[in-house]
Amino acid sequence: MMGSENHQDHQYGGSKEEMESLVLDDPPPLNNGGASKSSYSNYRSAMSSLSNTPHPLSSIIVSTTPAPADSDPLLTAPPPFRDLRNPNGADSSAYVDPPSYGDVVFSPLDGETIGEINGVESPSKSSDHSSSYSLSRSSSSSSDYIKITVSNPQKEQESTNSVIPGGNTYVTYLITTRTNIPEFGGSEFGVRRRFRDIVTLSDRLAEAYRGFFIPPRPDKNVVESQVMQKQEFVEQRRVALEKYLRRLAAHPVIKKSDELKVFLQVQGRFPLPMTTDVASRMLDGAAKLPKQLFGESSPVAPHEVVQPAKGGRDLLRLFKELKQSVANDWGGSKPLVGEEDKEFMEKKDHMQELEQQLSNASQHAESLVKAQQDMGETMGELGLAFIKLTKFENEEALFNSQRIRAADMKNVATAAVKASRYYRELNSQTVKHLDTFHEYLGLMLSVKGAFSDRSSALLTVQTLLSELGSLQSRAEKLEVASNKIFGGDKSRTRKLEELNETIRATEDAKNIAIREYERIKENNRSELERLDSERHADFLNMLKGFVHNQVGYAEKIANVWSMVAEETSSYARESS
Amino acid sequence: MLATQRSISGSSQSPRSPAASQPFLSVSVTDPVKLGNGVQAYISYRVITKQTNFPEYQGPEKIVIRRYSDFVWLRDRLFEKYKGIFIPPIPEKSAVEKFRFSAEFIEMRRQALDVFVNRIASHHELQQSEDLRTFLQADEETMERLRFHETGIFKKKPSDLMQIFKDVQSKVSDVVLGKEKPVEESNPEYEKLKHYIFELENHLAEAQKHAYRLVKRHRELGQSLSDFGKAAKLLGACEGNALGKAFSELGAKSEALSFKLQKEAHQLLMNFEEPLKDYVRAVQSIKATIAERANAFRQQCELAETMKLKEINLDKLMLTRSDKVGEAELEYKELKADSEEATRRFETIVRLMNEEIVRFQEQKTIDMGVAFHEFAKGQARLANSIADAWRSLLPKLESCSPAQ
Repeated sequence: MMGSENHQDHQYGGSKEEMESLVLDDPPPLNNGGASKSSYSNYRSAMSSLSNTPHPLSSIIVSTTPAPADSDPLLTAPPPFRDLRNPNGADSSAYVDPPSYGDVVFSPLDGETIGEINGVESPSKSSDHSSSYSLSRSSSSSSDYIKITVSNPQKEQESTNSVIPGGNTYVTYLITTRTNIPEFGGSEFGVRRRFRDIVTLSDRLAEAYRGFFIPPRPDKNVVESQVMQKQEFVEQRRVALEKYLRRLAAHPVIKKSDELKVFLQVQGRFPLPMTTDVASRMLDGAAKLPKQLFGESSPVAPHEVVQPAKGGRDLLRLFKELKQSVANDWGGSKPLVGEEDKEFMEKKDHMQELEQQLSNASQHAESLVKAQQDMGETMGELGLAFIKLTKFENEEALFNSQRIRAADMKNVATAAVKASRYYRELNSQTVKHLDTFHEYLGLMLSVKGAFSDRSSALLTVQTLLSELGSLQSRAEKLEVASNKIFGGDKSRTRKLEELNETIRATEDAKNIAIREYERIKENNRSELERLDSERHADFLNMLKGFVHNQVGYAEKIANVWSMVAEETSSYARESS
Repeated sequence: MLATQRSISGSSQSPRSPAASQPFLSVSVTDPVKLGNGVQAYISYRVITKQTNFPEYQGPEKIVIRRYSDFVWLRDRLFEKYKGIFIPPIPEKSAVEKFRFSAEFIEMRRQALDVFVNRIASHHELQQSEDLRTFLQADEETMERLRFHETGIFKKKPSDLMQIFKDVQSKVSDVVLGKEKPVEESNPEYEKLKHYIFELENHLAEAQKHAYRLVKRHRELGQSLSDFGKAAKLLGACEGNALGKAFSELGAKSEALSFKLQKEAHQLLMNFEEPLKDYVRAVQSIKATIAERANAFRQQCELAETMKLKEINLDKLMLTRSDKVGEAELEYKELKADSEEATRRFETIVRLMNEEIVRFQEQKTIDMGVAFHEFAKGQARLANSIADAWRSLLPKLESCSPAQ
């Protein structure tokens, strides 16, 4: 109705401090850290103030004491809820976080680490904060402990022989590990790594651990790295890297891997071989192809058999497997080995369904969080508007009735502001709980990866089998033809010898491929088991946490309003 | 706390509980019915006059059918006749909403109209109004005739137009003659009041805006709980076993809470946002009265000026023994009467306003007190339902052993 529209947002942002400094009956208001977050009006805004609030809620019990306001929230590393990074087998992976959820967890740190590319070591407290939950699950399985921290991004120069000064720059991050696992041979150490090294690590792991649910690595974000503010991007990446490494360390098998050990410990250049890009692989493959086609068809080498055809340089093998997969699809002869494990097929369908439902739930969880945040915000704004009205009436009061009204209004206003704060706190917790949906959604990606490892291994087996078949029939034909000629056919005999040689090698390759396939199948199975039990536990914890939270805060809010209702009870209508 | 605040006039009482010793009138506006089609559609209301001890209102109960424009007519008449009194406001004429005529809009309007009539009926002066009697008792045809007569195409009476014309005239002549416009009252207290009223409107409008948003937020939260609940149920069906059941129960609770939120949103709208809007309207009505007072003051000043001039002229004529003296004397007498009348009118307005402002402040304290109480009650009720609903889930969740 009147013209406060234009500075409404301003008012809210600017008077957040007002709100915080209100003398309420409760202990002093919580420090709203980070001045950079004043006037957002979108979803981000509430989240920006949320994680600074330590929550006294221990994992299950709802505490009724208000949060300690005098301690710096960031220093009291509280356990707000659950630690998916707990080394004891939390199966928590996620892939790239879509912006809103990412902001939710990450943006509170913007204020601290932004603008510090070459600067002060990013305090480990902020990393603790970004995703520190403590699992309510007991760590009874083992006393293994490993904690990885990513910090201190620094710009470095690529040492090229280029004449042009200021060559390629890139960013390195300090990776600090604290552990009591004996295999590491040390309890605390740090290395510098760049993003490229992460990519290498991820690729090597994918090769070595086929069939496992390997947490997906952070995206390359080629576009964003150009478009975003450098500091913001680096910070975003730092957080993502930390999350990724912690997930790796939480995987019961991968945390023992050599690749990870090397990554975490070996100083200087990261020694594992880099993956070559697709183009150069194709070029290599194309170079080899003529040789392969014109006779010297060496069968697939064993070390190549254990990897899928797609990522390699052997174009011929690629074509063969492609042909096989087409043959599989279009029927014709039934493949000699097929996916017969019915249980697996059902599981696969279940996983697909689960992914869909997780996506749906994650989406609506986000909307719920936003609605809660909006509610808190508007409630706060309403409270502020009434505070202003109260002040106004008191200043201009000519009649006692005005002062009475002002007093009533003040009660309502302070209650509204309190309720608003509770909503914000509630929401910051809710976000963390409901993040579980998101985590598992990311995990589905690794599941898909593991399943595709299985199918490509199967395809390799099938291809080798059909090849073997056709080689053997060729050998038979040759033999028959050769026998027809009395005394033997020198050239044919030689060819037959070569063919038998090839057959033997192919036979070997086939056996290796079958072994690999079986191994992957077993990995799939054990991982699915692990996923099921961990998912069950994690989701139950999530639900408990979520519900406890809702109850706790609803009670607090109810109390606040009941008091006001009591104070204004003299106005209660006779009819009601 | 407020029991001792009843003013002498007794007009601060809630319209619904008049003191027995005083003349009282209780009206209710009910049964909105949509009539007509398309652009011509309108809502008609039953206006029931019950419980009265006024002799002018014969019979036990009188029921008439009225539409929104009839209420507008009543308000305009009262505004004309009772200058100085803060006429109770009516709900806005909304061209857009009218077409949709949502159930909520109809109910809000009905409630506001009911409050409007009852406020008039409990105001010690307004309740004596003949126009009110007509409104409450006349048959529909009479009402229609009156309505058309009053709210013609120009929406203004000929005298209004004349007045506007005169205003313009005087402004022009002032400028031409280089006369300074008659200043406004130099009354510091009144200035303070005016400033207060104008500022108050701003503050209230902002509060009302946030209240309206809060209603929306309730609805949005309700919707998102409903969606989330459905998603949780689907997930539960997919998971199966104990976890699946937990999700399904969560989903069901979430959906149930969604209903509670929608209900509370409606309550909030009717019992908190609407009173705030009403407060804003009341302040705007006061602004209209302030304008009337300014008018009356100006008229008084102008007539006083003109009278003086006429007096000087008369003296001049008398000295020159002109034969126009007689005429001039008559004119002077008339002018004097007009001037005195204008002064009287102005002073009445001043007196009434002073009484009204007291009444207004007291009434508003009660109105807002009620609104605050309902608001707090509603929020507490909602929060308790939420706590109860979620709490009931806890035992089931606890009983789900994690190792399954």
